[in-house]
Amino acid sequence: MVRNLHALANPTRFLRLSGLLLPVIWVLALGLLGAGLYMSFFTAPPDYQQGETVRIMFIHVPAAWLSLFGYTLMAGASATALIFRHPLADVAAKSAAPVGAAFTFLALVTGALWGKPMWGTWWVWDARLTSVLILFFLYLGYMALWATIEEPVRAARAAAVLALVGFVNVPIIHYSVEWWNTLHQGASVLRLDGPAIHPSMLWPLLVMALGSTFFFLAVMLTRMQAEIYRRRVRQLQLARASTEAGAF
Amino acid sequence: MSAVLTLLRRELKLAARAGGGGGMAVAFFLIAVSIVPLGLGPDLNLLGRIAPGFLWVALLLSALLTLDRLFQADQEDGSLDLLMLAPLSLEVTVFIKALAHWLTTGLPLILAAPFLGLMLNLPENSILPLVVAMLVGSPALSLLGAVGAALTVAIRRGGLLISLLVLPLYVPTLIFGVSAVSNVLISSPGSSGQASLLLLGAVSLVALVVGPLGGAAALRANLR
Repeated sequence: MVRNLHALANPTRFLRLSGLLLPVIWVLALGLLGAGLYMSFFTAPPDYQQGETVRIMFIHVPAAWLSLFGYTLMAGASATALIFRHPLADVAAKSAAPVGAAFTFLALVTGALWGKPMWGTWWVWDARLTSVLILFFLYLGYMALWATIEEPVRAARAAAVLALVGFVNVPIIHYSVEWWNTLHQGASVLRLDGPAIHPSMLWPLLVMALGSTFFFLAVMLTRMQAEIYRRRVRQLQLARASTEAGAF
Repeated sequence: MSAVLTLLRRELKLAARAGGGGGMAVAFFLIAVSIVPLGLGPDLNLLGRIAPGFLWVALLLSALLTLDRLFQADQEDGSLDLLMLAPLSLEVTVFIKALAHWLTTGLPLILAAPFLGLMLNLPENSILPLVVAMLVGSPALSLLGAVGAALTVAIRRGGLLISLLVLPLYVPTLIFGVSAVSNVLISSPGSSGQASLLLLGAVSLVALVVGPLGGAAALRANLR
């Protein structure tokens, strides 16, 4: 495992491999999302209580899952960057952050759209909503730190420390908010005694979740490629600036 | 041990002689508390209900406002480099800095809180719980804040960024801190002030581990 990670540490090899994989992942992501959206909008039945608004769930739930998946991925990559000094891990963490933040935002917005007809209000200060909002702030802080520190190596280390400190705090924040106030329904898919939702709704949800995950990975890998090229351009510019300065 | 005491004494002296000590923080606390009735109206019942929450929020904000100079002042005059070269491990240094921050901002505010609570019509039976909860919970503010201060040590005007980085981490302290006080006011079933107080202590203990480790790692990352 560790050796495999180190084989990927060479950016050129990573670019070649991701160049091969990316088209496949994009096709999988778009195909699954297309199929999932068709199923959610046309084949899944309306809920007997919530009516058509239940279809928002097929976007909301995967987005909420991915908001946590993204932060976990970011923290894992940050730990790898700090411990093994893996040169691509900080690129991965940096690239995952905006995607994760976008899914967190999507989860908040779709939640608000669902909350208006169901709970009668766009926003309630309920435990789940609040902890997702705070997760969004953690993403923003992480991205802001990357944006303010100019030198990539230093920014990477500092951001990695922040991601790990945040990751330790996420469960604490979650449970403290839960303790504070709860209105949101409990988990209905990942439960010990089997999912509490009918297969006709479970399937579109799972397809959407898988498709969104592939979409997450596709965007993240594309961003990683762009980041590697950006760093190369920066290196070339620095090298040219120093030779030009040397000429005078 | 003498190095630890020397560093602590240096921090306290610097705070007392150059930063106004805890006086400035208390003055901020006082002003923050006195603009609330101006904004919300002088209804004593309303003020009494929001007093514990608002006192905690004011404590959070005044801790935040003083954080950005925690390491930056030392970084600018070069003494941070000396501290990093010193035989004292960096984690201990960060802990001492956080402790000094708590002694100069947290503690004075906690001592002032009962009087400000009276101004906000905080019921008398919840003054003691408030002080105890603040004593237990506020070290986490300085310890977690040290991580934010260390992360932004090399950034000019990092104050706003620190708030963005650190405030989400303050959420558990705020929630448990307020509920430790409010449960005395409205005894809600199934939860008691004591449980909140214990959880508040747990948050502070976690911060005691995370703060120095994270702060030292952040300093090393920023000042290689």
